[in-house]
Amino acid sequence: MSLLEIRQLKKAYAAPEGGTHVVVDVPEFSLAAQAQVALSGESGSGKTTFLNLIAGILTPDTGSIKFNGQELAGLTEPARDRVRATSIGYIFQTFNLLQGYTALENVLLGMSFGPGADRGFAKLLLKRVGLEAKLDHLPRQLSTGQQQRVAVARALANRPKLVLADEPTGNLDHANAREALTLIREACRENGAALLLVSHDREVLGQFETVQELAKLNRAAK
Amino acid sequence: MAVWVVKEQSNDAFTKQNAGFDAVLGARSAKLQLVLNAIFHLEASPGNLPWADFQEIAANPAVKLVLPIAVGDNYYGYRLVGTSTNLFAVEHTPGRKYRLAQGEPFMPGYMEAVLGSFAAQQLKLKIGDKFHPYHGLNFDEKQKHEEQYVVTGILEPSNTPADRVIWIPLEGIQNMKGHDPAAANDISAALVKLKSSAAGRGLELMYNKQGNRLTFAWPIAQIVSDLLGKIAWFDRILALVAWLVAVVATGSVLASIYNSMNERRRDIAILRALGARAHTIFCAVVLECAAIAALGMVAAFAMYLAITTVAAGVIRAETGVVIEPLAWQPVFAVVPVTIIGLSALAGIIPAAKAYRTNVAENLLPVS
Repeated sequence: MSLLEIRQLKKAYAAPEGGTHVVVDVPEFSLAAQAQVALSGESGSGKTTFLNLIAGILTPDTGSIKFNGQELAGLTEPARDRVRATSIGYIFQTFNLLQGYTALENVLLGMSFGPGADRGFAKLLLKRVGLEAKLDHLPRQLSTGQQQRVAVARALANRPKLVLADEPTGNLDHANAREALTLIREACRENGAALLLVSHDREVLGQFETVQELAKLNRAAK
Repeated sequence: MAVWVVKEQSNDAFTKQNAGFDAVLGARSAKLQLVLNAIFHLEASPGNLPWADFQEIAANPAVKLVLPIAVGDNYYGYRLVGTSTNLFAVEHTPGRKYRLAQGEPFMPGYMEAVLGSFAAQQLKLKIGDKFHPYHGLNFDEKQKHEEQYVVTGILEPSNTPADRVIWIPLEGIQNMKGHDPAAANDISAALVKLKSSAAGRGLELMYNKQGNRLTFAWPIAQIVSDLLGKIAWFDRILALVAWLVAVVATGSVLASIYNSMNERRRDIAILRALGARAHTIFCAVVLECAAIAALGMVAAFAMYLAITTVAAGVIRAETGVVIEPLAWQPVFAVVPVTIIGLSALAGIIPAAKAYRTNVAENLLPVS
C-alpha cells in the first residue's frame, strides 16, 4: 500500500482580475513508504501549493489525499495539524527557523506539537547533521548551510513517515547544496521516512533515481 | 494600589485612633481642632480649660478615667505634653497600656521626662540625658527655656501619636518660666474615658448645647471620619487617575502586541507548519498578554512598596500613625486579578489576528 495516494486533486485561487486561477490539478500521484522522489518544476508551477496540500496546510477544492490510509481532505483543521505534527516533516527553501530560539530549541519546538519534546533525540539529530557543537547557537550565529541542517534535524524530530522538502538547496551555494541534499536523503533513509522533494535544480534532480516532472503531473502547470 | 492602600489604612488608622479615650473636653472651639490637638498632637490648642472644669468632669459618675494635658512647648519640634501619671493607666488599645521600654516614669512636680519611642529615636535621647525645652509648638532656637529636664524613661512603641511626644509632669508646662502665671492652674484639654459610650450623649448635651464655654468632642472616631469624608473627593480623583493609567497601560500593551502580530506572522506560520494548532497560537497570545500584565504587576508592586514606605514614613513622622504597606488588603488581590484579566481579555484581539494567520501565504517564498 502506498504511503501517499492522490486522486483528482484540484486547488484554485481567486484571480486578481476576477474568476479563478487553477494552480494544482493532479489526476493521480502516489508515493510508497520510504521512497525518495523528486518533482521537477519551474517557479510558479504550483510546487509549493502541491506540498502544502499534502501537508494539510491548505485544503483542496476537490479530490482526495490519502496519507497513511487516512483521508486528509475530510479532516478538520486541528486534525490535519495533528497529522502534520506527528507524521510529516517539512523542510523549506528559506529554512524557516525561529530566530529567537537556539538550534536545539528549534528542534525541540518541532517536537513539542507532536509526541513531546525529547531532548536526547533532538541532540542526537543535531549530532547526526554535524551540529553537536552548535546546540546553543541562534540561527543568526550559524551559516546558511548550518541553518539548513538545523531545519533537516527539525523535520525529522517527530520521526515522520514523510518528509516534504521545498527547494531545500535553493538558498545554498554549490558545495553546501550537495552536502545538504546528501544529508537529507541519508537522514530520511536512516529514520525510515519517505522523501518528496521539489526542485528546479538539474543537479539536485540528477541525484534522484525517481524524478517526476510537475508539468506532466500537474495539468494546471502546462 | 498605593493610593488605595494609603487611603484605606489612613482612614482606618485615623478613625480607630483615639489613644484609648472616648472624648476630649476643652475650650470652646471646633471639635476637630480639639481632637487634633489633644489626641493627634497636631494643631494649636484652642485655649485653656480651667482646673475646676477638669475636676468637675473627673467627678462625673459617667466618667471612668480622665487625663489632663497641657501643651505649649517643644524640643526640636517634638511636642512636650504635660500630664499626670494616670497616663500609664490608659489602655491605648484594648489590653495594652503605655508601658516603659526603659527607665522609670516621671515624678510629678519634678523636671523629668518620658519620651515616646519615635521621639526618642529621632532625637537620639537616652535615659539620663538632659535637655532644655523651647517655647511654642514649633521649634525656634531663640525660644529656649531655662529649665532643664532629664530623661527618666522611654515608652514602648504604641503605634499611636503618643510615640512622638515628650511626656512631662503637668506642673512642668504650667509653671514653665515665660508662661502666663494667670494660667498656671489651667490645662489645655481633658481626655475622657467613659464608663459607657452612651454616656457621651448626655455630656455632649450638657457642654455643647446647654453650656457655651467648653466643647465636648465626642465621639472621636466620628469627628475624624467627618474630616476624612470632606477630603474623600481627592482620593476618588487619585483612584480615578490610577484606573485611567491602568486602562491606558493595558491599551498600550494591546496595541503593541496587536501591531507585533504583523511582524510575527511568519513565526506563527512556521509554528503552524510544525503542527501547532490555531487555538494553541490563540491561547499563547492571550497568555502572553496576561504574562506581560503579571510582570507589570510585579514591577508595580515594587513601586507600590517604595511609594507606601515613603508615605508611611511621612505619615508616622507627622502624626505618629503607623501605616503598614504589607498588611493584607483586598486590593492586593483585586488589582492584579483585574489588570491581568483585563489584559488577557484585551489579548483576545491580537490572538484572533494570530488565529487567522494564513499559513501558506506567510511561509513565502512560494516556488
